[in-house]
Amino acid sequence: MDEKERDSAVSLNRRNFLRAGAAAGALAAGAGAARAQEADPLITEVQPWAQGWGDGVDANPYGMPIEFESDVVRRNVGWLTADVISSINFTPIHALDGTITPQGCAFERHHSGAIELRKEDYRLMIHGLVDQPLVFTYEDLERFPRVNRTYFLECAANSGMEWAGAQLNGVQFTQGMIHNMEYTGVTLRTLLEEAGVKPEGKWVYVEGADASSNGRSMPIEKALDDVLVAFKANGEALRKEHGYPVRLCVPGWEGNMWIKWLRRVEVTEGPVESREETSKYTDTLENGISRKWTWVMDCKSVITSPSPQMPIKHGKGPLVITGLAWSGRGAVTGVDVSLDGGKTWQPARLAQPGQAMALTRFYLDIDWQGEEMLLQSRATDDTGYVQPTKNQLRAVRGENSVYHNNGIQTWWVKANGEAENVEVS
Amino acid sequence: MSKFRNLVIAAALAAPLAAPAHAEKLGLGRPALPEEIDAWNLDVSPDGTGLPEGSGSVADGETLFSENCAVCHGEFAEGVDNWPKLAGGMDTLDRKDPLKTVGSYWPYLSTVWDYAHRSMPFGNAQTLSADDTYAIVAYILYSNDLVDDDFVLTKENFLDVEMPNKDGFIVDDRAETEYPEFSKPACMENCKESVEITAHATVLDVTPDNQDD
Repeated sequence: MDEKERDSAVSLNRRNFLRAGAAAGALAAGAGAARAQEADPLITEVQPWAQGWGDGVDANPYGMPIEFESDVVRRNVGWLTADVISSINFTPIHALDGTITPQGCAFERHHSGAIELRKEDYRLMIHGLVDQPLVFTYEDLERFPRVNRTYFLECAANSGMEWAGAQLNGVQFTQGMIHNMEYTGVTLRTLLEEAGVKPEGKWVYVEGADASSNGRSMPIEKALDDVLVAFKANGEALRKEHGYPVRLCVPGWEGNMWIKWLRRVEVTEGPVESREETSKYTDTLENGISRKWTWVMDCKSVITSPSPQMPIKHGKGPLVITGLAWSGRGAVTGVDVSLDGGKTWQPARLAQPGQAMALTRFYLDIDWQGEEMLLQSRATDDTGYVQPTKNQLRAVRGENSVYHNNGIQTWWVKANGEAENVEVS
Repeated sequence: MSKFRNLVIAAALAAPLAAPAHAEKLGLGRPALPEEIDAWNLDVSPDGTGLPEGSGSVADGETLFSENCAVCHGEFAEGVDNWPKLAGGMDTLDRKDPLKTVGSYWPYLSTVWDYAHRSMPFGNAQTLSADDTYAIVAYILYSNDLVDDDFVLTKENFLDVEMPNKDGFIVDDRAETEYPEFSKPACMENCKESVEITAHATVLDVTPDNQDD
């Protein structure tokens, strides 16, 4: 097929697509009808894709999502930050399903932009209170015993814009500073043991190679427990924006600590109290006193569909309600869903048993008869912690907090199927 | 219990984590050279660990700040547009919308020095000398009315500077203040008498509409 033929085939596709859409609309109006009003041309007419050729195997050496999914992308909120270099965008969780987040649409947070660092130029230094300060190349890291782990990464500021009240109308913006990937790497413990941690080493300071040289301190216990030095995500090399070639994974703890382009691990006696652990990522309470070292991400969930970006378009009848749940303190053991703003709750179905510090997908299948709903989800983890309401959080912390908003989200689903971000009493 | 059964149990216990077991070092990597550690080990701790020799005056800092920092932070560290304000905001932390600046919020001066030296200026990081950094930090202190205009910040007097909010932080207390309250059995029925909508996101209309927003 030459280019011209291909173009005409595409436009033919579009015409048929529009006609098919109209037919589908007719079907929806007669929901539950046993017989369609008129024969579906998508079935009765031979379609171009059933006639001609598709792409050859050399067309896409690395495939991108098909054009029809071009709206399922990261989005940013222009007014939120001063520029796009030190900024954040949001995962389109409204349009995803399952639990694994593709790297290409997983949210990004940089403090000085996403840098390009070749494997050949990569160095990782471990020093400080160790028996032997060491430098590793990328190739060195690949020679240590490897592990595979699936973890969520949630920015501490996820839902932060919602502290004072419902603000952004879309789950991508209200809860989309999260992703969940399967990582391959070596445990930080393995590398620390190679250098030999001295007894007086109580903390670890980790730092990235980009110009922001973002650095965070963590207790040695965490560093020796489950922290991962990762070089693959979802089976392939880390994407540039996720820290290629090497990033840190700090399971269950706030995303800012997951240092990208990891270049340095310093074993210290005390915390460095860097900018990102004092002036930022601290939580100011109503009395003006601020919590620091609020590392762990508490149990949280949200309904991803229906939601403001995912209105109900199919009319009355079977409706799949779905969402995500997670806890930085362990595994999600259950998710309850309320259709009435929290008066009554029913257990949702977990797609898989909850995995510690990874996303859990839940479903509730209902028969929707066009009634208004105030949809909420509420997750419980294996510590017994039950996701609180936003008002419960405000009662403890006041309204000046930004980070760690794990409060229950409410979507007001209207009779026409549209949904809005609201808060309820 | 048979030996075989013990083995099975051990394997079952090990299986969920599947962590590599190796007691000995693998001999990978190479020793870091002292000059390499010096090149990267730039962080400064609250007790002054990591501070290099040097000094800088408020007067020199004013010029350096104007040249390197003011485009985002303003001539008086008051901030431009959405860029961080570094001065002001004293006694606002317990009010609605507190203004968090170096003067009103940052607990340690070491953090200011470290961040300016290692991560600033934005887009031209790690170009400030130790003396330049002392001077800029001195000017930021002056902008917050924390030192006089003839002040000179040095490695020696660094720890003498009192940060107003140094006692304004507590270690994460959620385990005491939140977890017991939020770990009660979940209510399933008749959880509240009535439900009213109290806030609408659409009232604000700040959600981006499309890709170009």
